Amino acid sequence: MKFSEQWLREWVSPQLDTQAMADQITMAGLEVDAIEAVAAEFSGVVVAEVLSKEKHPGADKLNVCTVDDGSGEPVQVVCGAPNVDVGQKVPFAQVGGVLPGDFKIKKAKLRGVESRGMICSASELGLEEETSPGILVLSAVAPVGADFREFMHLNDMTIEVDLTPNRGDCLSIKGLSREVGVLNRLAVSGPAIASVSTEIDDSFAVSVEAPEQCPRYMGRIIKGVNVKAETPLWMVERLRRSGVRSIDPVVDVTNYVMLELGQPLHAFDRDNLQGGMVIRMATPGERLTLLDGHEVSLRPETLVIADHSGPLAMAGVMGGENSGVNENTQTIFLESAFFTPLAIAGQARSYGLHTDASHRFERGVDPQLTPIAVERATQLLIDICGGQAGPVVEALSVKHMPEERSILLRSARLEQALSKTLDSDDVTDILQRLGLDVSIQGADWAVTAPTWRFDLAIEEDLIEEVARIHGYNNLPVRRPAARLALRSSDEAKLTQSQLRRQMVARGFQEAITYSFVAPELQATLLPDAVTPVLANPISADLSVMRASLFPGLVRAMEYNLNRQQTRVRLFETGLVFNGELDALSQVPMLGALVCGPREAEGWSGAKDRVDFYDLKGDLESVIALGGEADAWRFEPAEHPALHPGQSAQLLHNGEPAGWIGTLHPQVRATLGLKMDAVLFEVRLDALSQGRVPAFEPLSRFPEVRRDLAFILNESTPVQALLDCAKQQAGEYLQDIKLFDVYSGKGVAEGHKSIALGLTWQHPSRTLNDEEINQLVDSIVTQVRVKLDAELRG
Amino acid sequence: MDHLPTLVSEARDAIQAAQSVAALDELRVRYLGKKGEVTALLKGLGKLSAEERPAAGERINQAKQTLAEEIDTKRAQLESIALNARLAAESIDVTLPGRGQAEGGLHPVTRTLERIEGLFTRIGYDVAVGPEIEDDYHNFEALNIPAHHPARGMADTFYFDATRLLRTHTSPVQVRTMKSSEPPIRIVCPGRVYRSDSDLTHTPMFHQVEGLLVDEGISFADLKGTIEDFLQAFFERDDLSVRFRPSYFPFTEPSAEVDIQCVMCSGAGCRVCSHSGWLEVMGCGMVHPEVFRHSGIDTERYTGFAFGMGAERLAMLRYGVNDLRLFFENDLRFLRQFA
Repeated sequence: MKFSEQWLREWVSPQLDTQAMADQITMAGLEVDAIEAVAAEFSGVVVAEVLSKEKHPGADKLNVCTVDDGSGEPVQVVCGAPNVDVGQKVPFAQVGGVLPGDFKIKKAKLRGVESRGMICSASELGLEEETSPGILVLSAVAPVGADFREFMHLNDMTIEVDLTPNRGDCLSIKGLSREVGVLNRLAVSGPAIASVSTEIDDSFAVSVEAPEQCPRYMGRIIKGVNVKAETPLWMVERLRRSGVRSIDPVVDVTNYVMLELGQPLHAFDRDNLQGGMVIRMATPGERLTLLDGHEVSLRPETLVIADHSGPLAMAGVMGGENSGVNENTQTIFLESAFFTPLAIAGQARSYGLHTDASHRFERGVDPQLTPIAVERATQLLIDICGGQAGPVVEALSVKHMPEERSILLRSARLEQALSKTLDSDDVTDILQRLGLDVSIQGADWAVTAPTWRFDLAIEEDLIEEVARIHGYNNLPVRRPAARLALRSSDEAKLTQSQLRRQMVARGFQEAITYSFVAPELQATLLPDAVTPVLANPISADLSVMRASLFPGLVRAMEYNLNRQQTRVRLFETGLVFNGELDALSQVPMLGALVCGPREAEGWSGAKDRVDFYDLKGDLESVIALGGEADAWRFEPAEHPALHPGQSAQLLHNGEPAGWIGTLHPQVRATLGLKMDAVLFEVRLDALSQGRVPAFEPLSRFPEVRRDLAFILNESTPVQALLDCAKQQAGEYLQDIKLFDVYSGKGVAEGHKSIALGLTWQHPSRTLNDEEINQLVDSIVTQVRVKLDAELRG
Repeated sequence: MDHLPTLVSEARDAIQAAQSVAALDELRVRYLGKKGEVTALLKGLGKLSAEERPAAGERINQAKQTLAEEIDTKRAQLESIALNARLAAESIDVTLPGRGQAEGGLHPVTRTLERIEGLFTRIGYDVAVGPEIEDDYHNFEALNIPAHHPARGMADTFYFDATRLLRTHTSPVQVRTMKSSEPPIRIVCPGRVYRSDSDLTHTPMFHQVEGLLVDEGISFADLKGTIEDFLQAFFERDDLSVRFRPSYFPFTEPSAEVDIQCVMCSGAGCRVCSHSGWLEVMGCGMVHPEVFRHSGIDTERYTGFAFGMGAERLAMLRYGVNDLRLFFENDLRFLRQFA
């Protein structure tokens, strides 16, 4: 909300400069966003009267005028404005004056005629952004020779406060000055508002069919209104300084009263109303063309102001195009109502609207303002546009009016909450100045919340009010005390941080990619993924939840490849989302991607590119952290994003836990990636499952090692050989090493040679050759039977 | 016997002339070995008379000792020369960079989150996490934000359907923790949160850390102390000014925004703080009784405070990052700066 400092100071004026007052209200919770001068710098402009006007002898569009600028001598000036006329009071820039933009006024000759000064338009004085069509005409009573800035009170500031949604009561000068009054312990006074005497009997029937949504509705006829009257400059200026444009005197008055008191008002053209006013819920599909020209189809949860022929306005949001005041209006029906916050909340937004009225009604408008605002607006309208007022018609449903809220503030609770004993009289004073009705009960305060404070309902709300006005920064500071209780700690568990740091140690940079991805990208990588889709994405590119970390990592790789970064090693941790909303899994994963050279460019490194085994090694190093490598297996399996011959599913204790593989060449081509990549993603819960070390006594007896080389079918996975060997090797097998893989000369086509080194050791004796030979024989036999593989000769 | 001096002098010359440890070893064998020439003289002692024998024996032994010492000295000399030669031959350019995998690095947001978690866990807070696709109840209702509450307009929410959404803050984790455990509760909840906003200063996804402390007798003073300590520790500035401004969050009452003295200009006023000298860094307040009621916590017995902050904002201030969007572009040139 923007407001004029001068306007506020008419209500309450603390001995503080602008900045200090702004700081004060900021620190009370009404955050000042901006302070701006209401007019640009200019000087040497006075109020002048146009004494004469004659056509310029050498130019059709120019006039030669003389003005009285109070200096005693008439001053000749050439003026090009079409609206200049004798008798007008105008802002006049004298020679030596300086207009905004450092425009110095000098004596000049215009087409041969001397001109000593300049009659100014509003835009030339920086009072309007758009170029004004003509000069600014001042009120007839403006005193000739007066300094224009002083006459217009231009030494004023527009202060913009960013109000939190609970403080709808501060959306007016009245509300803001109440706050300033409390903060400075000053009395607040606004203009006297009296009932306007009724001069006519004309009225218009009002019936409220939705009293829950509209507990109070008031209206009155004002007849003989001259809508062509000019809004007085002081009002135009106040509106401008509040960020509101002047439209016509009727709209200006309703806006003015809204800014002054906080009550949104609406004026209808009486002659366009049929029968009587009906405040009711819309019937489904009813149509209404709004003031902004948009036609909306109304929904039944929308409250409307209708007459007997149909809806006229969306209650509390916006008037209709056809029922509003226009230039031919002579009789108006002025509406002032209390719509409950719940009736208006969300309505405007659901139609894509946001208006000054809906903003206020959603937050709560004081229901006691309804009649006051009617009187204030009536008086202002009659003052400006003339006319005669009829009686005020009211529809009131007392039982639907907001309930009175009685709250008990216990001094003990206040003290406990703030760790400070506040002076009891000071607390009482704060509460009373805030408008609460206070009665002291022993040490406590029994209060009734004022009708404008929709946010005060419980004791804590009052504690906040007292703390806020007292000043948060005047309250004590201490550290919470807690019992030093040890908690259990699962030693077998690895933290995410440990896993991440292992990736970092292996040369990976951590990435953080969006959890929502482009549907096309996801479909290319994971055509079968079922994942939740956002109803209101920020863009189509970010509209489906990721079913895997692959899409984000691939995008990040592409981003870097496009920026001359050819060696990419990235990892990410985060949730992936799978399934329909009702059967959704949100699983934390660790994912990684590598592409480019195996080692960073350097003097010693091989220039080889990374392959599957590089990344597998990285993953194994993470798995090894937990000390439970045996719980993991890599099973050859196909994944739509991965090369079918270079991909494995990860099993943790037999359960699927992730994937590793080279990006499928077809996928790479579809995505237009410049390089091959290897990726993995693994469930974090499986990775973080380690073990607590269990000591085994060291054997004092010698180890026995045997090396065995087998010729296997090329397609037989090594894992099968290892499994088979382990199974047959007996309980004293300590270690099994795979130390050679060979195919080529000496090994038959379609076969490979795998060399294993097996080590045995007995805890309490020396193993003899015979028993080892038996074990070796059994391994060789089993491998032959199960894997159709022979010992290499 | 008489040629002993000649023999010794000859041997000495040979020892001095030796070029290698191997040559020296040969000399030792030749003169001092079992069949060596000096040893042979000892064997010849038997031919001497009993009177001559002791003196001659002593001379021979002395000569033997002298030669042995000379050999040892020469050996040490030769070994040292050999070692020096080897060392010279083996010397390398130690200024060449080391071999092996280059170090990676944590993302600056993770670094910041871990730092914040660390500060709190060290004094007894636990870390709690929860789902990111949440329901309306945990994200709004249970936090005292009923439907149509104007506060819902404060956070533009990503929805999947009428009730399922991407969490707009990590507060649902607090709700879940309060429902599942008994006070005292001390937790921090780090994680991704989502709001449908995207411009220079907003990304549709960002990270928050929220904290919650519930116990008997907790007051606004405890909140102020905790926040001040935290901010001073985070920025490693004991003299950092912190101020509390009344604000509004539906789930806390009283509520406050927290400003710190601008860490870029030390409060003098700069572009980062819009020349105000202050930076808004987090929100906080005392837990609203309605929130406790949803979680079944006795509001007369327990009070508590909650706070929340944006990790990106703190990371930007801490590391001087000037563009929020850099955090999610994953440009390696950016990421490497935080290793």
